[in-house]
Amino acid sequence: MARVLINFAHPALEKSRVHQQLLTTVKGIRGITINDLYEQYPDLDINVAREQSLLEKHDIILLQHPFYWYSAPAIVKQWQDLVLEHGWAYGHTGKALKGKYFGNVISAGSAETGYHPDGKHQYPVTQFLLPFSQTAILCNMDYMAPYVIYGVHRMDIEDIRAAAQDYRRMLELLRDDKVAPSALLRLNYMNEALQLPSQTR
Amino acid sequence: MNQHSLLFQSMVYLAAAIVFVPLAKKMGLGAVLGYLIAGVIIGPSVMGFIGKEGEDIMHFAEFGVVMMLFLIGMELEPTLLWRLRTSILGLGGLQVLGSAAAIAALAYWLGQPINASLALGMILSLSSTAIVLQTLNEKGWMGTSAGQSAFSVLLFQDIAVIPMLAIFPLLASGAADNAELHEASLRDNLPAWGQTLVVLGAVAAIIIAGRYLVNPLMRIIARTRVRELFTAMALLMVVAIAVLMNLVGLSSALGAFLGGVVLANSEYRHELESDIEPFKGLLLGLFFIAVGASIDFSLIMEEPLLIFGLVIGLMVIKALVLLGLGKIFKLSTDQNLLFAFALADIGEFAFVLLAFSNQVHLIDSKLSAMLTAIVAISMALTPLVMLLYEKVIQPRFTCRVPEREERSSDEIHEKNPVIIAGFGRFGSMTGRFLRANGIKCTILDMDSDRVDSLHKLGIKVYYGDASRYDLLAAAGAADAKLLIVATDQIEQTRQIVELAQKYFPHLQLLVRAQQVEDTFDLMDQGVLHIYRETVDTSLRMGADALRMLGVRAYHSERAARTFFRQDERTLKGLSATRDDKKQYLISMRERIEEMEKLIVSDRIKTWLDEGQGWDAEPIRDEVRGEPEG
Repeated sequence: MARVLINFAHPALEKSRVHQQLLTTVKGIRGITINDLYEQYPDLDINVAREQSLLEKHDIILLQHPFYWYSAPAIVKQWQDLVLEHGWAYGHTGKALKGKYFGNVISAGSAETGYHPDGKHQYPVTQFLLPFSQTAILCNMDYMAPYVIYGVHRMDIEDIRAAAQDYRRMLELLRDDKVAPSALLRLNYMNEALQLPSQTR
Repeated sequence: MNQHSLLFQSMVYLAAAIVFVPLAKKMGLGAVLGYLIAGVIIGPSVMGFIGKEGEDIMHFAEFGVVMMLFLIGMELEPTLLWRLRTSILGLGGLQVLGSAAAIAALAYWLGQPINASLALGMILSLSSTAIVLQTLNEKGWMGTSAGQSAFSVLLFQDIAVIPMLAIFPLLASGAADNAELHEASLRDNLPAWGQTLVVLGAVAAIIIAGRYLVNPLMRIIARTRVRELFTAMALLMVVAIAVLMNLVGLSSALGAFLGGVVLANSEYRHELESDIEPFKGLLLGLFFIAVGASIDFSLIMEEPLLIFGLVIGLMVIKALVLLGLGKIFKLSTDQNLLFAFALADIGEFAFVLLAFSNQVHLIDSKLSAMLTAIVAISMALTPLVMLLYEKVIQPRFTCRVPEREERSSDEIHEKNPVIIAGFGRFGSMTGRFLRANGIKCTILDMDSDRVDSLHKLGIKVYYGDASRYDLLAAAGAADAKLLIVATDQIEQTRQIVELAQKYFPHLQLLVRAQQVEDTFDLMDQGVLHIYRETVDTSLRMGADALRMLGVRAYHSERAARTFFRQDERTLKGLSATRDDKKQYLISMRERIEEMEKLIVSDRIKTWLDEGQGWDAEPIRDEVRGEPEG
């Protein structure tokens, strides 16, 4: 059984229909740890030791956040800068994260079609996420395809509930090793794993 | 009217000081010269307000020198002495020895007896601490290596005066009987071992009393909260030391110096300093006036060439010795010149020592009178010599001058960048925080019990009322960067602020306030950084309350900060309208109404909600109107 950590970042969760629903749906599931960064550090003062020890205790690390300005909310940058220390996460002696899997879980306002050369964002999401994938690789982790929930601006409450159920199913697949994280490296989106026939390692 | 009544005399002296000292300072001559000039003017040579009795006054005023040594002793923290040991002992010792030897040789060559020559060498080797330090400070040269070397030499000279005072009677013993000096001495009827014992006993008494008696006594006095008792106590200490020393036939200056050193680490040091300082200043001023009055102008008129020749000759000899030493101690040429120019003069201690050696019949009074004139002229020349250096010599070295300030602050007098006035529950938190971050603070507090207990914890806290100019000055306000006013009495806080703004305008003020009204008062005084004491805590409490009710932590935090900013803004607006009392009352009501409005109004839609960028609702509205794609 894989241990899954969700580092969650939303500065105004009270205003987010999607992430509220996602969180309530996956909260309390066995084997899944939710680390709510803004709730933990309202003054952005990250406790590095706590964060590192959380990372060490998990096999799969997900970073769940809204896709603000083609990136993550501010606290994520602060978290990266402080927690991913040289000599711990990277560098000659920095092997603490070796063998772990990392992935983004994001919600985007536009539909997927917006992230094409002729769409209004011009580039695919994976390209915008390059800083994350490269960071993961530098820190000796494998970067999984991102789990993207597109078009949240147009979703009604039923759509959101459905998306949340999908997300829960995804997490359970990962937790129960029904999907090998290594299999997710080759996909465009982690979401595609939900369509695959159930597979075991 | 009796011209010689005490009151009339006092009036003449004080008036002369008030008139001439500011004039002299205005002309860039310094206070010491001002006193000297005042003495000349009111003395027998010019106006004749004072005549023979000037000498009696000089004896009385010499007590100012005793006080000065007490204060110098108190400034000499052992650590400072240790840090400067090489330059004090090496540079200072060699300067005094070298100059004294050269001058003694000259005197002997000119026909003085050997004893007198030695005494003259020692007397004239000293420089003027008062004039030199003041001039160096004024010109900002204290931090240069020359300034620092000069400081060390002056320090050594100040200390060297004490053995000199002890040696002179020995030098004189062959020349004249000095029984009158010892008339009250306890030692005379004792055998030699008894004499030694009495002297050692007296020194031990000063050290033990300074160590174990003064602090508890000061504490008791502090509890009475009667201010003038401190002054009485400070004076009593100096006078008692002088009396004790006289009793055993030792120099009272030596005793005072010793007493000062013993008290250098006392928490009441600043308090004692600021109590004695004005007396010392006035008595020294009186002393200089008396010196000025005693300058015999007819003597100068008689032999102007001889006297001015001697002045120049002596200063050249001293300058040459200093230049040689500067070379040995590796001062660069421009610094070495400054060092030599600064210390070439003959100092105020010469007056004391001249008077003393005259008293023990070591030097006859005619020579003493001539030398007094010479010393006074050389002191008068010092500011002019420094001016010469600044205008003529320094410009040739301009490229090498810019090693200013930086070094002095850690090497000479270690003054702290922060002064905290008030170390109660508020100030102590700030103080601890700064300490934890490696910032050194000078702490002043009015509660003697607290000072005592903090002292036991190894924290340097000084007892004193920071609303007094002299205490702030003693705490190093002239060199500090920040003044944190954390006193809990608003009257006192306002006084400190006023004082600091007036005399130390470079200080940045951080001021604690309690009531809203106090905040307004401080704003009126032009204080920019005001800290209302409970605001942060109550808002932190409020934010936690929000959290416990389920509001997101980050939102609570931002809400508290927004609330704080808004409140400060409202307060500033109110402060502007406060002058009119009626208007103020209306404004207070308006403020409450505004707060009510803020409180009542919708939490999400008003100023509490500044996170518009995180709100997707407006975008959703827009997107829903567009075709998919």
